[in-house]
Amino acid sequence: MSSYLKLPKVGNWAWKVWMRNWDVFIKTYKVNFILPFLEPILYLIALGFGLGGFVGSVEGIPYAAFLAPGLISISVMNSAFFECTYGSYVRMYYQKIFDAMIATPLNLDEIIAGEIFWGATKSLINATFMLIVVIAFGLISFPISLIIIPFSFIAGFLFSALAICFTAISPNINALNYPVFLLITPMLLFSGTFFPLSTLPLPIRYASFATLPLVHVVEISRAIALGRWSDLLFLNLIWIIIVSFLLFVISINLMKRRLIV
Amino acid sequence: MSVVVSAENLTKKYGDLVAVNGINFSVKQGECFGLLGPNGAGKTTTIKMIQCVSPKTSGKLEVLGMDVDLYSKEIKKFLGVVPQENNLDPDFTVYENLMIYSRYFSISKNKAKERVERLLKFMQLEEKRDVMIERLSGGMKRRLIIARALLNEPKILILDEPTVGLDPQTRHLIWDKIKSLKKEGVTIILTTHYMEEAAKLCDRLVIMDYGRILVEGKPDNLVKERIGNSILEVEANSEILLCLQRMRLEFEVVGDMIHIFTDRPYDLMFTLMNQCRLNRTAVRSATLEDVFLRLTGRVLRE
Ligand SMILES: Nc1ncnc2c1ncn2[C@@H]1O[C@H](COP(=O)(O)OP(=O)(O)OP(=O)(O)O)[C@@H](O)[C@H]1O
Ligand SMILES: [Mg+2]
Repeated sequence: MSSYLKLPKVGNWAWKVWMRNWDVFIKTYKVNFILPFLEPILYLIALGFGLGGFVGSVEGIPYAAFLAPGLISISVMNSAFFECTYGSYVRMYYQKIFDAMIATPLNLDEIIAGEIFWGATKSLINATFMLIVVIAFGLISFPISLIIIPFSFIAGFLFSALAICFTAISPNINALNYPVFLLITPMLLFSGTFFPLSTLPLPIRYASFATLPLVHVVEISRAIALGRWSDLLFLNLIWIIIVSFLLFVISINLMKRRLIV
Repeated sequence: MSVVVSAENLTKKYGDLVAVNGINFSVKQGECFGLLGPNGAGKTTTIKMIQCVSPKTSGKLEVLGMDVDLYSKEIKKFLGVVPQENNLDPDFTVYENLMIYSRYFSISKNKAKERVERLLKFMQLEEKRDVMIERLSGGMKRRLIIARALLNEPKILILDEPTVGLDPQTRHLIWDKIKSLKKEGVTIILTTHYMEEAAKLCDRLVIMDYGRILVEGKPDNLVKERIGNSILEVEANSEILLCLQRMRLEFEVVGDMIHIFTDRPYDLMFTLMNQCRLNRTAVRSATLEDVFLRLTGRVLRE
């Protein structure tokens, strides 16, 4: 067990790995820039305004305004998680990118760290697009809500590190469907995204608070979006930072076990 | 001449499988050193340990005077590697592949541009510079990988089957390039299944099998010591076999032919003609391939 907690040696070379992924992203910018705009608009129209018409207001605010930070949080989670599961798996297994990198002065710790930082960056990029849409709909306080942008990087880091753990232990790319359906989908529904957690029984609330990363991300995003601060947010942030660090260390060690033979 | 790679009792196990079994060798600066052996002999495993990407199980391995376990980052700065399996970046063009790879070595952008231009020319890939990797032929990919391995102006160039699956033209081109690199003083470590290639390029080589080194030496010397100058091939029949045994000659039965190892093939042919009935015969020079097959046997590896 302790071998999975060995501290990684990550130098500033990790940015070279990040940069490679950024270069690919820029090359295919048309796909990358249009889709992130499209998705939140669809969700907002269907759920925020369509469903919101029936729901009315939640916790004293219009449903669309309640929903908006939840949607941003889901996007943060999905961008990082999908980038560092399917995306990283393709780079590792099919494209043999890591094999090529490891023959240079880069070490595996730096390669994986670069991937995780890249996943976090994808969260930041997509959260920014969603924020623009949500601001355009007038659903979020401005300019304070811009804090969501740096926060989305921190939250993205958490989901990227989590994703790399699954990438490291998946025997094949299809096996990545398990964490998506068993973890990501339930989390997306039960983290206070579409309805407030306070409607759930107390034990379930505690359980989700303790175990579901998205709960903490939604709490903080919503506080930023609505400008509603509370002392509990500090706990949320501490939770995110500690778990991110643990997952970061574990993910790199799991990758080493898989790739260094 | 100084030693740039030295291995003592180098061993690599994958679980229960011993892929490299206590080998000793050294590579001197500026030479071309060959690793030969049948499939699964342990060549790639040995190379991966030299490259610092696969940790050794036991023994000692130093590259450029540095321990591979302790100085992998420093060592890798000085290595150029052509892996057995292509791993070019499919998301980029030829030119971009080289530019991005040079970033992994922290080569400044201006220097990288200059080197990439020179290497594209050196490997005759200028016309393909803006082509995506999937549009390249196998030979072009191999040439690009060699160009990529030269980006950091390596002190040691490691080539794991660089010419596998290439047409004769490309093979000759690559041989020329390897020779010119050797002239510039680059140390080369080469694995190949083409004995002609090994004989042409290698100053010294080892033949491995089942993780062990069977012989080491200069290609010419190995042929002379292990086989002799020539081989007399005669069609096999029981009469000749008896005859050869009686004369205590060294020979090997290969299919329906007998290979007789000798320095005086024509004298031997006449002697044999007088003593036994000969059908088809042929005389040819002994080659590295004969040494290889003699040492590692003719049985197929699974
Ligand atoms: N990652 C691995 N895990 C387990 N066994 C391995 C691994 N890589 C190689 N082997 C085994 O180690 C032995 C040596 O393999 P290696 O790739 O070094 O052979 P080679 O001499 O390069 O062969 P070839 O000429 O086919 O390339 C083989 O038995 C092979 O099955
Ligand atoms: Mg091999």
